[in-house]
Amino acid sequence: MPEISIKPEIVFHLLGFPITNSLLLTTIVVLIFAFIGFKYYLQSKKVKKNYFFYFFHFTVKAIYSLFYSVLGEKTKIFFPLLFSFFTFILLQNWFGLFPGIGSILIKVYEHEKELEIPLFRGGNADLNTTFVLAIISVVMIQIFGIKYLGFKGYIKKYINLTNPINFFLGILEILSEFSKILSFSFRLFGNIFAGEVLLTIVAFLVPVLASFPFIILEVFVGFIQALVFSMLTAVFISGAIASHH
Amino acid sequence: MKSIAIALTMALGAMFPALAIGMIGSKAMEALGRNPEAESSVRTAMILAIAFAEAVAIYALVVALILKFT
Repeated sequence: MPEISIKPEIVFHLLGFPITNSLLLTTIVVLIFAFIGFKYYLQSKKVKKNYFFYFFHFTVKAIYSLFYSVLGEKTKIFFPLLFSFFTFILLQNWFGLFPGIGSILIKVYEHEKELEIPLFRGGNADLNTTFVLAIISVVMIQIFGIKYLGFKGYIKKYINLTNPINFFLGILEILSEFSKILSFSFRLFGNIFAGEVLLTIVAFLVPVLASFPFIILEVFVGFIQALVFSMLTAVFISGAIASHH
Repeated sequence: MKSIAIALTMALGAMFPALAIGMIGSKAMEALGRNPEAESSVRTAMILAIAFAEAVAIYALVVALILKFT
C-alpha cells in the first residue's frame, strides 16, 4: 500500500520555519495567479488585445453573471473577493492533479530515520490552507455586515435582550458563525483530499489507464468546489448585509 | 474492531446524504419539467443544496480517513 498521511510533510526548514510540501506548491500557484492577474491588467490597457485577454474576459463575465443572480447590484463591491476565492481555489485544485505532484518522492531525515515523502502536495489537500480560507471568508462576512448594517445593527443580530427567545436565537447565531468556518474548511479539504486518496488507490490497483476517468472526475470536482466555496460566501454575504426586522 | 468502525462510519455516513442528493435531484428535475425557462436558477440552487447535503458525507469521510491513517 502507498503511504497516505493526512498532515503535510515537512520538506526542509528555512531559518527554523518548517516548509511543507503543500506550501511549496501553494507558492507556485500564488506566483502564477499574480502573473495571470498582472497580464490581464496590462492587456486591458491596450487598444489591440490578444486572445488571452478575450478568453479570460469571457470566463470572468460568466462568473460575474452567476454572482449577479445572488447579489444583484452590489456584485460590483464583492466581486474582487469572490473571484479571488474562486480563481485561487480552482488553480490550487487543478495544480494538485498535474503529473508529478504527489508522485515525485524525495528523501528526508527525521528523528534519524530515512523517510520518503512527496515533493509537492495539492494546496487544498492540507487542512491549514482551507482553514485559513474559511477564516478569511467568515471574517470578511462579519466586516461587510458591520459596514452595511452599522455596528449597532450588527450587534443586535447576536445579542438581543428584548425577550428570552430572541436572546437564545442570538446565541445560536453566534454558534452558526463558528460552524461556518468548520463546514467551509472541512468541505473543501475533504473533497480534495478524498480525491487524492482515490487517485492514489486506483493507480495502485490498476496501474495503466484506469485512473483516467477519475482524473476527469477530479477536474470536475475541483471546479464545483471552487464554485461552491465562492457561491456560499456570496450567499452568506447577501444574508449578512440584509437588515433584519 | 477498528476496521468495522471505519466501515460503519463510511457506510452510515454515505447512506443518508445519498438519499438526500437523490431527493434534491428528483425535485429539481420535476421543477425543470414544469418550468424549463428557469433552468439556470434551478441548476444553481440545486448545486448549492447538493453541496450542503454532500458536506455531511464528506465529514464522515474525513473522520473515516483520520481513523484509518493515524
